[in-house]
Amino acid sequence: MADRKYTEDHEWVEVDGETGVIGISDYAQEQLGDVVFVELPDVGKILDQRDEAAVIESVKAAAEVYTPVSGEVIEVNEELNNDPSLVNSDAHGEGWFAKLQLSDPTELDALMDEATYKTFVESLS
Amino acid sequence: MVNASPDTELLNTPLHDLHVAHGARMVPFAGYAMPVQYPAGIITEHKHTRNAAGLFDVSHMGQAMLRGADVAASFEKLVPGDIAGLSLGQMRYTLLLNENGGIRDDLMATRIEENGEFVLFLVVNAACKDADFAHIANSLAGEVSLEILEDRALLALQGPKAEAVLAEFAPACRDLVFLEGRDMDVDGVSAFVTRSGYTGEDGYEISLPADAAQAFAEKLLSHDAVEPIGLGARDSLRLEAGLCLYGHDIDETTTPVEAGLAWTVGKRRREAAGFPGAEVILKQISDGAPRKRVGLLPEGRAPVREGAPVQSAAGDNLGAVTSGGFAPGLERPIAMGYVTADHAKIGTSVNIELRGRSVAAEVAAMPFAKPNYKRS
Repeated sequence: MADRKYTEDHEWVEVDGETGVIGISDYAQEQLGDVVFVELPDVGKILDQRDEAAVIESVKAAAEVYTPVSGEVIEVNEELNNDPSLVNSDAHGEGWFAKLQLSDPTELDALMDEATYKTFVESLS
Repeated sequence: MVNASPDTELLNTPLHDLHVAHGARMVPFAGYAMPVQYPAGIITEHKHTRNAAGLFDVSHMGQAMLRGADVAASFEKLVPGDIAGLSLGQMRYTLLLNENGGIRDDLMATRIEENGEFVLFLVVNAACKDADFAHIANSLAGEVSLEILEDRALLALQGPKAEAVLAEFAPACRDLVFLEGRDMDVDGVSAFVTRSGYTGEDGYEISLPADAAQAFAEKLLSHDAVEPIGLGARDSLRLEAGLCLYGHDIDETTTPVEAGLAWTVGKRRREAAGFPGAEVILKQISDGAPRKRVGLLPEGRAPVREGAPVQSAAGDNLGAVTSGGFAPGLERPIAMGYVTADHAKIGTSVNIELRGRSVAAEVAAMPFAKPNYKRS
């Protein structure tokens, strides 16, 4: 089973071997409200950890998505161009943003696992 | 939007418990804890208001009675609207102006009658209310008395089903047309009801005693046609309707002519002048203003936001976006902003800066969505 890790900014990365899929958490999509547009990175772009990977536009405001890990963008979720609301309806699944070829898998060690993130979110309310 | 800093104690409206009970996400707005959206979300709330009826808590806004021996003449010293010409029960959108012709606030004034005397019922923006009321009281000291109505709530019921719903509690509401108001019994409570709003839809604003507001709001919400609507959808609805948001689309640096609000300067007032900034405003009415507020339709799906620079095809700076977002009714981004007068014609191609790139946009007519007011 793939390993999913979270940041304090509510991004997640699901790692499978040397690639990682990134997205935002269900908590984050709920805070943003209805997503109406997602600006995805270009395939081939090299991102350092914490770089802006995408911009999410809700009805009211824009929010940046920072990549939890460094790597090269090898695929983006084109479906979000047709239906940005997938971020709301399935943030941990079909609402993914991009797939990265990881350049430094040790970065994952400092991220939160599912249980730690869950506790972190509960501490926010 | 003037938000209170986080360490400031937020005020609650009389409907605070209702918002929380209905799952609202509360945010600071103009010093109040206000619902930005309910669990349904902004797009659903927006569409519900266009299709049925939405209930808005606008109790944070300032309500006041202005009385005086010649209250219309007094108030006309501060606003460019024809106040003296209001008929009984008639409501008018007007502007508090500064000496340079800039806009201190926009407000609604309704002529009512008390013991045969002409009295004005005023509703002003929440973020401006303290300053507005101080300005009115100080500027007109000795000739008017201003009674700030602290113990009143203000509800807005908006949408094509608003009349049918409200008439179940206040049959007399059917007699009002757009921009009329009067006292009436609303479910056993004495309330002041106007046929007005901030959505482009038919609907009402209901001023009622704070202690009766929550029970009445719950009755409205128990109606199948009515859902609670937060500030998020209020903003997207008014933007589609082409209506200005004070502090964003209009402020102390914009004149009514620049803002496309020259229609609020009454005919008699143009001839007689005698309002703050009249010299600047009347000159702009006759010679044109250097810049104009316009509608903007950006290409593509990405919304452009307040502050985004607007440029000509040649790359000249024309102005900036003052309100921008996604229009749920049109399923596309829309915006309004200021451009130089030579680029204000409908259909003009401009560019809007978005995250370091340029998005093509067209100057467009407003309102973006056809209003649904009941005018007769």
